[in-house]
Amino acid sequence: MRSYVPNTEKERLEMLAEIGMKSMDDLFSDIPADLKLDRELDLPAPLSEAELRDLLHAYTVMNEEGGPLFRGAGAYRHYIPSVVPQLAMRSEFYTAYTPYQAEMSQGMLQSLFEYQTVICTLTGLDAANASVYDGATAAAEAMLMLRDNKRRKKILYSAGLNPDVIAVMKTYAHCAELELVEIPLTDKGVTDVSAVAANMEGAAGVIAANPNYYGCIEPMEEIAAAAHEGKGLLAAYVNPITLGALKRPGDYGADIAIGEGQPLGLPLAYGGPYVGFMAATKKLMRNLPGRIAGETRDAEGNRVFVLTLQAREQHIRREMASSNICSNQMLCAIMASMYCCVMGPNGMREVAAQNIAKAHLLAKKLCEIDGVSLRYPETPFFNEFVIDVKNAEAVNTALADYSITGGLILPDGGMLWCATEMNSAEEFDYVCDIVRDALEDMGGED
Amino acid sequence: MRSEYKLIFERSHEGRRAYDLPECDAPDAMNEIPEELRASAPLALPELAEVDLVRHYTNLSRRNFGVDNGFYPLGSCTMKYNPKINEELAPLFDDVHPLMDPEMSQGCLALMKDMEDMLCEICGMDAFTLQPAAGAHGELTGLMHIRAYHEHRGDFDRKVMIVPDAAHGTNPASASMAGFKVKEIKSAPDGGVDLDALRAAVGPDTAGLMLTNPSTLGLFERNIKEIAEIVHEAGGLLYYDGANLNAIMGVVRPGDMGFDVMHINLHKTFSTPHGGGGPGSGPVGVKKHLIPFMPVPRIEENSDGMYYLDYDRPDSFGKIKSFYGNFGVIVKAFCYIRSLGGKGLKEASQNAVLNANYVMNKLRGIYEIPHDRTCMHECVVTPTEEMMENDVHTSDIAKALIDRGYHPPTIYFPLIVHEAMMIEPTETESRETLDEFVEAMRGIAEQVKTDAAAIHAAPVTTPVGRPDEVTAARKPIVKYEG
Repeated sequence: MRSYVPNTEKERLEMLAEIGMKSMDDLFSDIPADLKLDRELDLPAPLSEAELRDLLHAYTVMNEEGGPLFRGAGAYRHYIPSVVPQLAMRSEFYTAYTPYQAEMSQGMLQSLFEYQTVICTLTGLDAANASVYDGATAAAEAMLMLRDNKRRKKILYSAGLNPDVIAVMKTYAHCAELELVEIPLTDKGVTDVSAVAANMEGAAGVIAANPNYYGCIEPMEEIAAAAHEGKGLLAAYVNPITLGALKRPGDYGADIAIGEGQPLGLPLAYGGPYVGFMAATKKLMRNLPGRIAGETRDAEGNRVFVLTLQAREQHIRREMASSNICSNQMLCAIMASMYCCVMGPNGMREVAAQNIAKAHLLAKKLCEIDGVSLRYPETPFFNEFVIDVKNAEAVNTALADYSITGGLILPDGGMLWCATEMNSAEEFDYVCDIVRDALEDMGGED
Repeated sequence: MRSEYKLIFERSHEGRRAYDLPECDAPDAMNEIPEELRASAPLALPELAEVDLVRHYTNLSRRNFGVDNGFYPLGSCTMKYNPKINEELAPLFDDVHPLMDPEMSQGCLALMKDMEDMLCEICGMDAFTLQPAAGAHGELTGLMHIRAYHEHRGDFDRKVMIVPDAAHGTNPASASMAGFKVKEIKSAPDGGVDLDALRAAVGPDTAGLMLTNPSTLGLFERNIKEIAEIVHEAGGLLYYDGANLNAIMGVVRPGDMGFDVMHINLHKTFSTPHGGGGPGSGPVGVKKHLIPFMPVPRIEENSDGMYYLDYDRPDSFGKIKSFYGNFGVIVKAFCYIRSLGGKGLKEASQNAVLNANYVMNKLRGIYEIPHDRTCMHECVVTPTEEMMENDVHTSDIAKALIDRGYHPPTIYFPLIVHEAMMIEPTETESRETLDEFVEAMRGIAEQVKTDAAAIHAAPVTTPVGRPDEVTAARKPIVKYEG
């Protein structure tokens, strides 16, 4: 049996004797006897390290992965520079708790301060928190920020948000008794700005995604104007990897920027751990939930980093706190920050440009196939786009035979495809041949 | 030695680069995006060579302290050793996209299902969801079950969540986020729930009670059966805050104590590293009557033995996180449970409790022990009157511990103990580590008598001295301004 207890049997008995006890059972005499478990826990037999390794490999074999991937929809495969995971494995970082003792936690606190600066740089806003759980919970927290800042319970959201994000917002909104109003998309696949304007009465603000779930780049400037015109705020849900090429939330007047940080150097890992980022204008800084690292000085005048603005937080304010968040995703946050610092301004532009180039080439090649068309041909996109095809299931089944994961099939039968710098032009030809054959076979059956 | 450390932005040199991407094999398509939607300037990120970036972070890590550096008896946080093999195995799943078709992700689904089953057995619950990303997220999720349960019965007046004053700050904050009104009840003199206060607090508006057992004082709630009875008879449900589960694995189970819903902190009890403040994981377990309300998706098995994600659950209160939880963290905790088995988990809890009692016993007479009885996995001590007369407080003792190579205990919590120091050694510390820690604590107590000024000056061994937190909050600087 594996044990991580250093003390030997003999030492344990000596320690027990020292506190006047005969057995381990004596330690638990406060627990009513009839509540105690009268048997051993019924769990699988313990494994040695070698056996554990084999077991985990057995689970991985049940997965089928490794082939080309053309699916995004909220989680994206990007190249992760080797330094990012290696530096994150410094155990001084990963085996630490939340940096409550600033003097011995300067490494983490400074890394978080740098992360916040990176997020402010990406989003063009003034202040960021030290992360929340993921993009969806960031959107839910943004909703509460809008409510707290405007003291209004009505929130508009664009139907272009990721459905998972909307689902999480709805769950939180039910608890907070908020009124959520969905703003539909136009036939061009973008948020209907006139519907935003028409619904702003009494609303705290709007939450809209850019690019949206369907890949479309939104007219964010117009959405911001409509929100502000209606005396509300705009929270922009953005994919951070796009910000090397697209306008930043601060550039188009967003008051809050939120999103899923996974594209910045975090592995897919079957959905987590990822990192939700949140940034805001100076005015809204004190409405941000969660940890915030700040700069100050010690008595000798050295620059020191601390957790600050804690009066917002649960351990001080208890039921009056702006959020209940305690542990968040600090290690993931500093990985995202490391990624951005590896890439630098040119790398961020280059990776964004490559995503745009690859996705446009893939879209063009797919649409050359008979029976495939781009759903929103007039709307600009980044690295995802929707196609209409007569039998999406057949397309993906054919691709799966070659260990290729095709676009995500949408409830209406369309397909949401994604291409990143990890996909090659050669793959596109190969994929298009398979798609073409699959559709031709179907044609024969009609 | 005091020293400032440059920010990564202050190390930037124009034109340096650490990134490396393949040549793009697709034609540039930037012009497909109208200029008014495009960035007008490059991002003001630092430019560094790889070696300089690596040294920056490596040296930053040296200005940090983790469990691998030394003893970290941070009460309520269960800073046990994080096994290396688990770190190595979790990334095996790094390339699995969460929206892969279930046929292609059977391994991930099977692992999660197996994990849920093991947690049910450990906790005596009927079902678990692995979705919550952290303990507080688990609390919120758990409370949503309680809310959905009452609403489903048409019982819309149950708006009050009772929370003892000894509770973690996340409890009242989570209750508010879940839409409850918080009613705080005072603890009894022994630190447990005051049964009379509880009887007076419950009524037709009671949604439930949130309880940590062992309590935040590290004491087992001996009246747990009566507490469960009072709450259930009033029509409320009982919530178990699993932050202190490390005391009782294999000994007693929350489900058997009468709790209806609970969360676990995988990053505490089940050894996954805390990452300097996350990622954690806060699975929620429920009894049968709450299963219909659990968040979607649930992992189910079809008649062919294939796992699938079930979103078709009409009474579910919805979704609480993207995808399915902090999967990578879940894998590490899974590895831990499979390594130890039932017997090993019990051994871990027994030794956690033994270590805490051993430390408490040795500190008796040096520090005050406000609730002096057999403790569970942690103990709460306070400075002596003499120390306070010398103006040495809990925070000073904490800083003095830093100079002696220790991470301090949790301080000023629980709130019901004045000047509390909450010490949780965990089971993964050896006797000599505990002995040396006690000697350090004794040394501080003695130094108070001879040289209190030295204690007020602590820490002196750290790269920076005590920060001016007041200025930090009054004039917040939260990013580098260049």
